[in-house]
Amino acid sequence: MTRSAAKSKAAKKAAQAGFVLDQQKNRLICEGDWTIDGVASLEKLLRRVHWPSTQRWVLDARGISRMDTVGAWLLYRIVMKIPGGESLLQQSELPSWQRSLLDLVIENASQGMKPPVEQKLNAFGRLGLSTVRMADEMLDMLRFIGETSFHLGILMLKPWRIRFRQIFRTIQMAGVNALLIVGLISFLMGVVIAYQGGMTLERFGANFLVVELVSLTMLREMSPLLAAIIVAGRTGSAYTAEIGTMQVTDEIDALRMLGITPIEMLVIPKVTALLIALPLLTVYADITGIFGGMVVARWQLDVGFYDFISRLPQAVSISPKSFWVGLIKAPVFAMIIAIIGCYRGFKVDGSSESVGRETTASVVASIFFVILIDAVFSILFTRIDW
Amino acid sequence: MHESRDSPYPVEVNDLHFARDGRSIFEGINLRLAKGSITAVMGPSGTGKTTLLRLIGGQLQPKCGSIVVMGANIVGMRQKPLYTLREKMGMLFQQSALLSDYTVFENVAFPLRAHTRLPERLIRDLVLMKLQQVGLRGARDLMPAQLSGGMARRVALARAIALDPDIVMYDEPFAGLDPISMGVIVKLLRTLNDALNLTSIIVSHDVAETSSIADFTYLLSGGKIVAEGTPEQLRHETNELARQFMLGLEDGPVPFHYPAPPMNTDFFQ
Repeated sequence: MTRSAAKSKAAKKAAQAGFVLDQQKNRLICEGDWTIDGVASLEKLLRRVHWPSTQRWVLDARGISRMDTVGAWLLYRIVMKIPGGESLLQQSELPSWQRSLLDLVIENASQGMKPPVEQKLNAFGRLGLSTVRMADEMLDMLRFIGETSFHLGILMLKPWRIRFRQIFRTIQMAGVNALLIVGLISFLMGVVIAYQGGMTLERFGANFLVVELVSLTMLREMSPLLAAIIVAGRTGSAYTAEIGTMQVTDEIDALRMLGITPIEMLVIPKVTALLIALPLLTVYADITGIFGGMVVARWQLDVGFYDFISRLPQAVSISPKSFWVGLIKAPVFAMIIAIIGCYRGFKVDGSSESVGRETTASVVASIFFVILIDAVFSILFTRIDW
Repeated sequence: MHESRDSPYPVEVNDLHFARDGRSIFEGINLRLAKGSITAVMGPSGTGKTTLLRLIGGQLQPKCGSIVVMGANIVGMRQKPLYTLREKMGMLFQQSALLSDYTVFENVAFPLRAHTRLPERLIRDLVLMKLQQVGLRGARDLMPAQLSGGMARRVALARAIALDPDIVMYDEPFAGLDPISMGVIVKLLRTLNDALNLTSIIVSHDVAETSSIADFTYLLSGGKIVAEGTPEQLRHETNELARQFMLGLEDGPVPFHYPAPPMNTDFFQ
């Protein structure tokens, strides 16, 4: 069969590749289309064949109409299963177009080096490694906190180096732009608290106690926590992403090479801005949350706005420092969120994927620590009877 | 530090060893940058050329060896003197690394504002002079995102020389540029170096462009300096790796194949 004839036939449908081991004449007869479209059946054939153990075989590849590297590779594999396959391949007379493909396969098949071995650790090794990594991380974080405090201290002494413009811009983004969402959520939280608690209070005819319920819950716990969680999600993540992206584009390195510490330029304004913005947001959340309670009290519990507000001082006087309990927490939460947000940003290693990973880690970690510290505060405040 | 300014070698690297993540990157490197010259460090990708610049800039600490910049050993140097020293070093990053929130003008003004207490009027003049040198005085109000790759690199160059440094480091200054921008940058590097009497170090693997302006070349591979000399000397280097690199041969001491087991063992089960 000539090649051109084979081609026109193959154009209609790729003929399956096949081979026969003629045991009487010691011939390996190959035929068909040894291309990627035709070799599918060969793999099955390979497994069924009973390979000869005798020498002196002849390869008859005249029936092969077309061949590509896959076909050549399979032919090589098949022939190598026969004893003396190597020399059989060398001696067989093949058309030059088959020969060149086969030579390429043979040349590459025998070459190779030891690949670099990757060290695999057993369970203990992995445990140890992750322990060491975690300890490193802690030390790193402590170092970061130390460095930030140091620079904060310097700026206290040299207030003209404070970057007011950046601080104001960050307050705008972290505080002012969050007013709507913080207000809405704490308003709804006030509504929920008043509604849930009010139903029970109503049964005892103690409707007016809703004032105590809403005001104390909001002032002591809910407002600082809500504001902190929203800020962690909005601003903490933005800090990480911003610093992380700057890390990816070498901007951080550029700052260092320009002789400017990234901490002074990026971290300090962010920390300062949040130290100002979060307490303000907390007070704002106090107001909107109590207002939410007022609305429910007015329409569901027959406690009018005037009654609610005039009862407020008396209600808070049960534990008069409630307002401060909430407000003291805010700057602490602000520090946690800002420090973790910035620290995670610097942990970005140069791939855009790690920006996303660190941003997630930053939000999760800061919310976790906010709630943890909140629990610590609860115990502390109970101890000192606030 | 004042006498040491007159040292003929503003940067000297002696027996530098550096390893990262347990992988050795430099195993005893010696470099000397002559004052007023352009020194090129060339080598295949992944040999730590950028790492070398980071070491000279003091952003990384070596395992052992010394890096003497303008008479002061920066290995183990404290942060404050290091940052002071960096004011005398400019660096051009591969990705330009312009501050993306700032205009071109503010980017160049940035180091001036951070390190000097010059009046605004003088800062403006200085920035425009630097921008004039790179031909972008008219682009002062653009944002980095609006610049082409070549323009961004020129702005970064203006920023790197804003404080009139003594040493400028270029990380892959020619990578990814079209021929025109490339020609512009090549010419700029030489002109600026000679006009401002800088000491420049170029890290690159663009053999032709780098050779055309470098006074001295080091060829780095496998953690060692495999060849050094003027570009002309390097072209006639007999070292096989130097030949492979300078002529761009596909196979040689740097193999085409990443180490792999023979195909037989990979495919024959």
